[in-house]
Amino acid sequence: MEDSFLFQAIIYLAAAIICVPIAKKLGMGSVLGYLLAGIIIGPYVLEFIGEEGEDIMHFAEFGVVMMLFLIGLELEPAKLWQMRAMITRIGLSQVLLTTVAFFGIMVGFGFSWQVSLAVSMSLSLSSTAIVLQSLKEKNQLDSAAGKNSFAVLLMQDIAVIPMLAIIPLLVVAGEALSSDHHGSPVEQFAGWIQTLFVIGAVGLVVLLGRYAFVPILRIIARTRLRELFVASALLIVVGIAFLMELVGLSPALGTFLAGVVLANSEFKHELESDLDPFKGLLLGLFFIAVGASINFGLIGENAGLIISITLGILLIKTLILIGIGKYARLSLDQNLIFSIDLSQVGEFSFVTYSFASQLQILDKPTTEMLMAITAISMTVTPLLILLNEKLILPRVGTLEKEEKEADTVEEKHSVIIVGFSHFGSTIGRFLRANGVKATILDNDSDRVDLLRKMGFKVYYGDATRADLLEAAGAHDAKILISAIDSPETNYLLVEMVKKHFPNLEMMIRAKNRVDAFELMEMDVPNIYREHLDTSIRLGKEVLTKLGFRSHTVHRLGQSFLKYDESALSELVKVKHDQKEYISAVRRQIEMQEALLSSELHRKFTLNDHAWDSEVMKGK
Amino acid sequence: MKKVLILLAHPKYEHSVVTQTLVNAVSNLENVEIRDLYELYPDFNIDVQTEQETLIMADIIIWQHPVYWYSAPPLLKQWIDLVLEFGWAYGPGGVFLKGKYILNAVSSGGAKDAYSKEGKHGFTIKEFFLPFYQTAKLCNMTYLPPFQVNGTHKIINEELKSVGETYRRLLIFLRDSTSISEEIISMDSLNQLSI
Repeated sequence: MEDSFLFQAIIYLAAAIICVPIAKKLGMGSVLGYLLAGIIIGPYVLEFIGEEGEDIMHFAEFGVVMMLFLIGLELEPAKLWQMRAMITRIGLSQVLLTTVAFFGIMVGFGFSWQVSLAVSMSLSLSSTAIVLQSLKEKNQLDSAAGKNSFAVLLMQDIAVIPMLAIIPLLVVAGEALSSDHHGSPVEQFAGWIQTLFVIGAVGLVVLLGRYAFVPILRIIARTRLRELFVASALLIVVGIAFLMELVGLSPALGTFLAGVVLANSEFKHELESDLDPFKGLLLGLFFIAVGASINFGLIGENAGLIISITLGILLIKTLILIGIGKYARLSLDQNLIFSIDLSQVGEFSFVTYSFASQLQILDKPTTEMLMAITAISMTVTPLLILLNEKLILPRVGTLEKEEKEADTVEEKHSVIIVGFSHFGSTIGRFLRANGVKATILDNDSDRVDLLRKMGFKVYYGDATRADLLEAAGAHDAKILISAIDSPETNYLLVEMVKKHFPNLEMMIRAKNRVDAFELMEMDVPNIYREHLDTSIRLGKEVLTKLGFRSHTVHRLGQSFLKYDESALSELVKVKHDQKEYISAVRRQIEMQEALLSSELHRKFTLNDHAWDSEVMKGK
Repeated sequence: MKKVLILLAHPKYEHSVVTQTLVNAVSNLENVEIRDLYELYPDFNIDVQTEQETLIMADIIIWQHPVYWYSAPPLLKQWIDLVLEFGWAYGPGGVFLKGKYILNAVSSGGAKDAYSKEGKHGFTIKEFFLPFYQTAKLCNMTYLPPFQVNGTHKIINEELKSVGETYRRLLIFLRDSTSISEEIISMDSLNQLSI
């Protein structure tokens, strides 16, 4: 019975559903939850899954591939180009320095240089899956640490290509070539032909992305069959991954490239929303598989050795990263986040180990041990991140709250501003210019330091934490302004404030109409769409430039603003007819449609009789 | 009991002790509604429909404002321009204000004597307010003489208190009286009324 597919599926899903919410509740992040789920159902605890864990891991690695495709979609080519210096400087120095360090150490311990090189290259990689997932969950992708981490991870993905090319050479240099290795089919060709294949494949991906995918997707979209669109999205990702494996490139890198190429297409959001659930599930499965594949038998036998090697690796990687972070001028906080996040060995290392072991560069016990070390390092990363966040960061660098002299009385401000980037800072400056002081919460340590120097009262950290808001005086404050960029964080914040501080009046920034819609459904009365006033202001100036009189335009703008707000609240009322899930994009389009068609029937200018003598003349 | 609607227009209400005193004196009266126009329409974007709906319900309408350049603050003029629409307040079909009473309740910095033939300004407040009078007439309303608080630059506490009290009594009188005599209508100001 245990072999049946359905039973297996039940085990995986149930483990995830039980462990992940618990882990999240404990503040550990979903990655650790999945890993723990894997350990629990794995061969050493509940024994639900055995050796097949590794097969599942290979399958689930596809989640990483999808994640990079989605990341690529978010990253327009121009943005990537802007990051080029960071990717080469920060990323390359991490890969090279770490490889050199481990190579030196291993040669020092008496390993052959071939083994040392293969292993040290693998150890220099970090886990894209874990790091990006946790950065995203904590909204740190846009911080200095997040950007640098991303650059390093991207460079590592690129570096996998030469690594996979070098490893076979080690065999030639060392022992005889093993006859039955299962590398990629192109490996039978000479090196320069392989290179041609690689260049050809990359070129093909770019060309397809530019000229083939979009027209095909357009045709598919016209069929109005949602599942067909999902299927094509999957086909694109799977196809590219396959092509990349064929020429011996990292599939993740290939799909990332395809994502970047498609980032400017009109299907960007549709692709994102279609693939996101697959990515999430597969990544979850991948982490479960990592958890399940930890060989506790082996670890039990060599506990001391394995644990000390793992700690040593984590320590060395962290130290090198701290050095690089210093060079990149990261502040202490950001540097700690950056270096601890990236300190583990990554999932691509599983690939390089098995590749090297197929080529008989690594023997079986070494490979198993390395796999165990890698899995442990990945498992402890979320814990380390948690420790860093809870124990180290609150003590060094930017503190959650400013330390006061013992005798200063804690001021109580009646306004709290959450988020102090361009949106929040304008609000804060306006209030301050009029003598209203506000308490500020922000999760960017660099900005917090700056603001404190400027004499603002600033708390550092995640505003969705009730205790931090409490410390910022949420109980005595009257108004909480959320100027946060991410709608998801806003929703969390709204829920939390409703639960813990019901008397606090919330004024929430909304990204767009869809976001405002969600907030209205959560019964938030004060919603401010960030672009609304500005777009109308621009539109008014267009009318003025076209020869309308300013005062008329001013009044037209006022009535349009009023109309737009009331139209949205009307739309919210009718929405309950649709019970099914509709994607945010669909919703946006439907709203646009409703608004545009009602505006056609409504003649704004004719409604305005003010100072109009035409009617009187007619009588 | 009649319904009284006060249309308050003061651009800096928070600084006007006199206006605040007057408002506080009448704010808890039954059947008296105060619409603070500068608070409702800081952008001068008057909601004509809502204003007309409130007007229909009222029997006695009071334009309460300070005297600026022998007239009212601009928002009140804007209100008159926009709300008293042709075909609604006057002209063919403009019957909705018919039979209502309307007056100005004003505060002026200058003393009472200054608003007289011999005084600095040469005319009485009532004379200056001829446009309001004719506006009311065109809308088929009865224009009552203004209620005035003069010399607000030099007013002292006791006076303030009694002024508030007079205003309150006036409103109760207007609200509860069944008809208003010609004698009252022809007064120079409602302050002459002994109530």
